[in-house]
Amino acid sequence: MTVVFILWLREVKKYLRSRVQIVASLGGPLMYLGVLGFGLGPVFRRAGEGSYIQFMAPGVIGMTVLFTAMFSGIAMLWDRQFGFLKETLVAPVPRLAIMIGRTLGGATVAVLQGTLIFVVTLIAGFRPVSVVAVPLAFLLIALIAVIFSALATAIGSSLKEMQGFQMVMNFLVMPTFFLSGAIYPLEGLPRVLGALTRVDPLTYGVDGVRGVLIGRTHFGVALDVAVLLGVGVLFVLFGAWRFSKIEA
Amino acid sequence: MSNHPIIRVQHAVKSFGSITAVNDVSFDVRAGEIFAFLGPNGAGKTTTIKMLTTLLRPTSGSLELDGLDPATHQTEVRRRFGVVFQDPSLDSELTAWENMDIHGVLYHVPRQIRRERCETLLKMFELWERRDDLVKTFSGGMKRRLEIARGLLHTPKVLFLDEPTLGLDPQSRNQMWTLVRNLSKVEGVTVFLTTHYMDEADRVADRIAVIDHGRIVAIGSSSELKQQTGTDSLEAAFLALTGTTIRDESATAADQMRQVARVWRR
Repeated sequence: MTVVFILWLREVKKYLRSRVQIVASLGGPLMYLGVLGFGLGPVFRRAGEGSYIQFMAPGVIGMTVLFTAMFSGIAMLWDRQFGFLKETLVAPVPRLAIMIGRTLGGATVAVLQGTLIFVVTLIAGFRPVSVVAVPLAFLLIALIAVIFSALATAIGSSLKEMQGFQMVMNFLVMPTFFLSGAIYPLEGLPRVLGALTRVDPLTYGVDGVRGVLIGRTHFGVALDVAVLLGVGVLFVLFGAWRFSKIEA
Repeated sequence: MSNHPIIRVQHAVKSFGSITAVNDVSFDVRAGEIFAFLGPNGAGKTTTIKMLTTLLRPTSGSLELDGLDPATHQTEVRRRFGVVFQDPSLDSELTAWENMDIHGVLYHVPRQIRRERCETLLKMFELWERRDDLVKTFSGGMKRRLEIARGLLHTPKVLFLDEPTLGLDPQSRNQMWTLVRNLSKVEGVTVFLTTHYMDEADRVADRIAVIDHGRIVAIGSSSELKQQTGTDSLEAAFLALTGTTIRDESATAADQMRQVARVWRR
C-alpha cells in the first residue's frame, strides 16, 4: 500500500510543482469556453436551447479531464526510456501496485485540473443548479479521470516511440472529445454520428456531469454512472494487463 | 569473502527472433570482487545484465544470483541487487532526497534505516549539500552519482553498473571510479560493470571478461589478458581479441528516442 501511495504522491507533487504547465494547459479549454461558448451562444439561444455556457461548461470540464489524463500516457512513454519507470520495474514490488499508483496519480492530477477549469467556468458565468450537485458531479469526474488515465497507461505501455503518440492524439483523443457531445446536444443527430457518440465513454461522462449540474441529461444519470463504472473496470484491467507486459 | 560465486551463469543463450544476442555464455563472479564486462557495441553486455536483473528471461541455459534463479525468483533476486542502467532512470522533477526516499519505499527499507542510509550515501557521493535540489539542475556526473547512491540504498549484494561513465567528462569519470573502488571496500558489495573504455576496466576491475558477438572470448585479470594475447596494453589485448571492425547496428526505437532526448535537453 505504501508503494501505491508513494507513486501516487509522486505524480501529485510533480503536478503541483509544474506551475507553468498548469497555466499552459488551461489554454485549450479556455479557448473552447471563451470562443465557442460566447461565439455560438446567440445561435444556441435562438434555437431555443437556452444558455450555451450552461450547456458546454460540463463538456469543457470533461475535455480537460480527458486531455490531462491522456497526457500522463505520453509522460509514461518518456519515463520508460529516460526516466523513472525502469527504476520501478526492477523494484521488488508487484507490477500491479506500480500501475495502480501511477494511474491513480494521473487521475488525481486530471481531477485537480478539472477543478481548476470548473472554477474558471464559474467565473465565466456557469451556474450549477444546486451546491449539493457539485460533490456528486466530482464523483463522476473522478470516474472519467480513472477511465482515461487507465487507458493512457495501456497505450503508454504498448507504444515504443514518441511518434506513436501523435497518432493517438489525432485518432483517439480528438475524436473522443468531438464525439462526446461536449459541445453539441445529442438530440436529433444523424444516425451514424449518433451511433458513434454512443460508443464513446466520454459521452456518458459529460452527460452525467451535465445531468447532475444543470439537470439536463440524454441517457439519465443512472445509466451514465453504470456505463462509466463498467468501462472503468474494463479499462483498469486492460491497463494492468498491458502494463504487466512491458519489457524494459 | 567466500569462494561461493555470487553470480553463476552457465551456457546462457538469449535470442530475439533470428538474432542471437548472447550465445552460450558461462562465467562466475566471486563475492566482493569488481567484475568488468568489456566488449564492443552490440556484443551482448546489456542483454546479459538484463537477464541477471530479471528483465529478460534466457532462451536457454541457467543464471544464478546469490544461488537464486532470476527468472523464477524475481522478487527475492530484485532485493539482492542494485542497478544503474545505461539510460538515466531518475525522476528529474523530484529532488535528490525524494528520489532516494521513493527507492527506499519501493524496496521496503524501514523509515529509520532509510533516513540513515540516505544520509550516509548522499554524503559519501558528495551530494548531501544538494539533497533538496531538483535533479534536473544536476550535472551528468552528479546524476550518475545519485543513481549509484540510490542503487546502494537497500544494501544490495550486487551492484550492476551498465556503462556508468558514458558521456561523462574525464574529471567525473575519474571521481566515479575512485568511488566505485571504495564501494567494494566500504559496502562490501560485488560490482558488476560494463564499459567499452579499456583503461577504465584496467584500472578498476579485479577480473575482466571480454565479450564479442554474444560469446565470451577471454576472461581473467588485466595482466592475464595481456599475457594471453602477448600485448602490453589492455587496449591492444582487446583489439587482438575482438578485431578492428567497426560494429554498425541498425537503430532501434530506443536509439531514436535517445536522439530526440538529446535535442530536447540541448
